[in-house]
Amino acid sequence: MAHFASSRDLCPTVKNILLLDSEGKRVAVKYFSDDWPTNSAKLAYEKTVFTRTLKTNARAEAEIAMFENNIVIYKFVQDLHFFVTGGDNDNELVLASVLQGFCDAVSLILRNNVEKNEVLENLDLVLLCIDEIVDGGMILETDAVTIAGKVASNNIDPGAPLSEQTLTQALATAREHITRSLLT
Amino acid sequence: MAQPLVKKDDDQDDEVEYSPFYGIEKGAVLQEARVFNDPQLDPRRCSQVITKLLYLLNQGDTFTQREATEVFFAVTKLFQSRDIGLRRMVYLIIKELSPSSDEVIIVTSSLMKDMNSKTDMYRANAIRVLCRITDGTLLTQIERYLKQAIVDKNPVVASAALISGIHLLQTNPEIVKRWSNEVQEAVQSRAALVQFHALALLHQIRQNDRLAVSKLVTSLTRGTVRSPLAQCLLIRYTSQVIRESSGNTQPGERPFFDYLESCLRHKAEMVILEAARAITELNGVTNRELTPAITVLQLFLSSSKPVLRFAAVRTLNKVAMTHPLAVTNCNIDMESLISDQNRSIATLAITTLLKTGNESSVDRLMKQITNFMSDIADEFKIVVVEAIRSLCLKFPLKYRSLMNFLSNILREEGGFEYKKAIVDSIVILIRDIPEAKESGLLHLCEFIEDCEFTYLSTQILHFLGIEGPKTSDPSKYIRYIYNRVHLENATVRASAVTTLAKFGAMVESLKPRIFVLLRRCLYDNDDEVRDRATLYLKTLGADDTAAITDAKEFLFGSLDVPLTNLEASLKNYEPSDEPFDITSVPREVKSQPLAEKRAPGRTATGLAAPATTTSTIDTYESLISSIPEFSSFGKLFKSSAPVELTEAETEYAVNVVKHIFDGHVLFQYNCTNTIPEQLLENVTVVVDASDAEEFSEIASKPLQSLPYDSPGQTFVAFEKTEGPTVGKFSNILKFTVKEVDPSTGEAEDDGVDDEYQLEDLEVVAADYMQKVGVSNFRNAWESMGPDCERVDEYGLGPRESLAEAVTAVINLLGMQPCEGTEVVPSNSRSHSCLLSGVFIGGVKVLVRLSFGIDGQKDVAMKLAVRSEDESISDAIHEIVASG
Repeated sequence: MAHFASSRDLCPTVKNILLLDSEGKRVAVKYFSDDWPTNSAKLAYEKTVFTRTLKTNARAEAEIAMFENNIVIYKFVQDLHFFVTGGDNDNELVLASVLQGFCDAVSLILRNNVEKNEVLENLDLVLLCIDEIVDGGMILETDAVTIAGKVASNNIDPGAPLSEQTLTQALATAREHITRSLLT
Repeated sequence: MAQPLVKKDDDQDDEVEYSPFYGIEKGAVLQEARVFNDPQLDPRRCSQVITKLLYLLNQGDTFTQREATEVFFAVTKLFQSRDIGLRRMVYLIIKELSPSSDEVIIVTSSLMKDMNSKTDMYRANAIRVLCRITDGTLLTQIERYLKQAIVDKNPVVASAALISGIHLLQTNPEIVKRWSNEVQEAVQSRAALVQFHALALLHQIRQNDRLAVSKLVTSLTRGTVRSPLAQCLLIRYTSQVIRESSGNTQPGERPFFDYLESCLRHKAEMVILEAARAITELNGVTNRELTPAITVLQLFLSSSKPVLRFAAVRTLNKVAMTHPLAVTNCNIDMESLISDQNRSIATLAITTLLKTGNESSVDRLMKQITNFMSDIADEFKIVVVEAIRSLCLKFPLKYRSLMNFLSNILREEGGFEYKKAIVDSIVILIRDIPEAKESGLLHLCEFIEDCEFTYLSTQILHFLGIEGPKTSDPSKYIRYIYNRVHLENATVRASAVTTLAKFGAMVESLKPRIFVLLRRCLYDNDDEVRDRATLYLKTLGADDTAAITDAKEFLFGSLDVPLTNLEASLKNYEPSDEPFDITSVPREVKSQPLAEKRAPGRTATGLAAPATTTSTIDTYESLISSIPEFSSFGKLFKSSAPVELTEAETEYAVNVVKHIFDGHVLFQYNCTNTIPEQLLENVTVVVDASDAEEFSEIASKPLQSLPYDSPGQTFVAFEKTEGPTVGKFSNILKFTVKEVDPSTGEAEDDGVDDEYQLEDLEVVAADYMQKVGVSNFRNAWESMGPDCERVDEYGLGPRESLAEAVTAVINLLGMQPCEGTEVVPSNSRSHSCLLSGVFIGGVKVLVRLSFGIDGQKDVAMKLAVRSEDESISDAIHEIVASG
């Protein structure tokens, strides 16, 4: 009688996190679901998502769109397009918090220079960042400061000059940045 | 929309784009990976190389098995380095390479060492990596550490272990289930995310135990769950518990409702949304329950965040389908959303308004929508068109402005799907609102003057041929139709010729002029067009009335066999002296045509998409006729849908299909063996028919062998008396079971006889009824006449709802609901339902049901049956009386 929904369906899941450039090319992407089994399916999806959202203004606030039974939350910063995809039964605001965490964490790691070149220069950190946000579709962490903290702790490299101070500075700017966005 | 688009830096476009990965090449990077083997490791350099490898994988490059293995082995050397950054990259690339189980062993010890490291970051990540790549045997070795990690005081470590548990539960449930105590402790964690992950895992561990889930929900809804994400999960679990407990509780007191309502006042928006959505989706939600949820959603509508507006309007749109009145309070906020920058939000707002609007607001709304239509994508336009169609059916008096709107958008640019949605809508309005007919037909005529879609042109021409002759001045359509013969491709020309012939057949005064036009078509350069013209000139030109009636029957009579069935039968026909007999085509419709699903409540026969279903009856027929024992039973009348005779997830899964013949019934048992260690042989079903006196077993066909997971069939046949004989049968599955060695797949020689009790099976009256729809119920009803009509009234006693009663009667009779009358609008007190079918013996049956429900939920029903045979009409009443 009553359909016993699988427990996994009840849990909010992220299907993919995409970071594309202003021409729709891949910068860093991570897929967690089998909805797009091949690389060409993935590219096709990225193309649809990119072209359908291109003409919108997703700079001040994250925007949202729905296609192919998926919800896509997205935000553009400089020449970068951030996307988070979830199923159409998922809570939009949960997905939005994932996107927010991703954008802000990248911004913290790159010390506010959120640009394609900067991301490519620090691709290792951005990939680690995605790895700290979602694990196999499950949300691991959405707080940008925590995510950036986890990623940045890698930078303590005995060979490199100790950047303790700049890190604290970065975190302070980040807090300020986030408080500001909360207040407005 | 007028916002500046993505800013492009022109300077940069001109130069060669700088990228650290410019000109990267897989072969070179794989060469570079040799630095991993250097005795003196350079962590920085190694990190860079790993980043390059990850970049390649990220861009869609793939490594061959050999390349992946080489990289993997090289990477394992890097565990020597104590550099934290490098170690993180090592973790990352190991996960991406997803090594095979014999490779995993190489890194296991290193990872296990990291799992017990003092550095939290190492512990957390090593757990995630190891759990990702591990298999069951290794898991038992590390289980102890994982249990510890779940209750680790560092939240990152605890979360890593919990998430890994969630993933491992899919593959090794029995191990993860043993961690229940630790997970339960973690649910109480002070760290928000740990609580979320622990709750998710705990619920998954207990999901099959309803009582445990209910207890979990009861205790947590009282306590304090801090994390918003965990709170969202709890809301979902709570509504699941509510759903499953519904029916056991008195109306008015819904368990946990207070909790859901309190969540509407939570400080996190995601929790408020989740709770509001949960409330709106409650079964049989009352207006009092809805009000607080609608209020918070209304506040969201004016939020500055698009995501929040979208979430709110999407939820309200769903509510408007079932409770339009509850949403009307939000109409003002909704109207301001029509101009929302985000077109998805605007479309949802419009369609919601169309559902909740009243008659007086229609004109104002239409004005706003007209401005809006020009700048949205086709997919959104289709949604709007569909909403307008239902609005028009709701307020027929407003047809003029709605029809105008539809014809205006029909003239504008648009793709096929969009145009089809508009044309379908106009056709439905013409059918349902008689006043709209003439103007609607003219709009369609104007559309085909300049229509680029052959499919739509032919469909409209077909529709014109049926409706046009019945209008006050049929002659005005002729010009539009004959223009097609001049200007279009062969398909459209042929269908225009048929339409002309229809006018000629129906309107005597036009006949001579039609003949002139048809004669001109005899010189068409397409043979189909010429053939049709010749045929119609010949048949319509005949003198005797019988021939004319024949011609009309040919032109207007519906092809009362499903097209796919006809196609299959024609393919099987071998040219001979015997002409093809159309009555030999099976008539069973297996499922509803697409168009009916898309427009519930109405059938769009004029333009209904052709049924795309393939009929399974052909498959059954050929299967049965290939078995000599059963080939003498004659023509298969009907095959039932499979009836499950076992519970889900038992050792043997058996379902049965009932094949009905005039004098026989054949049970086809579809058996599946779900145990890999067993081979079943000589499988039969022993049927006890002592409760079915009018049936006697005449034959059976055992199944020689039933290996694991490859379904097979065994049959039992019965002879029965003529007519709709019913009975109950009990079944026992008998077989010889042999052990199979799972490693070799070979079965042992000796088997043991065993048997397995299956559930009972019934042959009911509905099995003797074919679901055959009619295109126009009223016409069919009138033409059947009241000669064999039987009318009676029945009390159905207290029912859950009117819809439930209607569905029950439809299922009891096993007939095809017509014109979408199986859908009962919610909250209605009465309902009429039209059914049609063909009873065994090939007798057409039509049924009109009128239902009423009173305050005590007592349902009364009036049943009127018309058929070609009185005794069948009586039989239908008997089915209802005894059912």
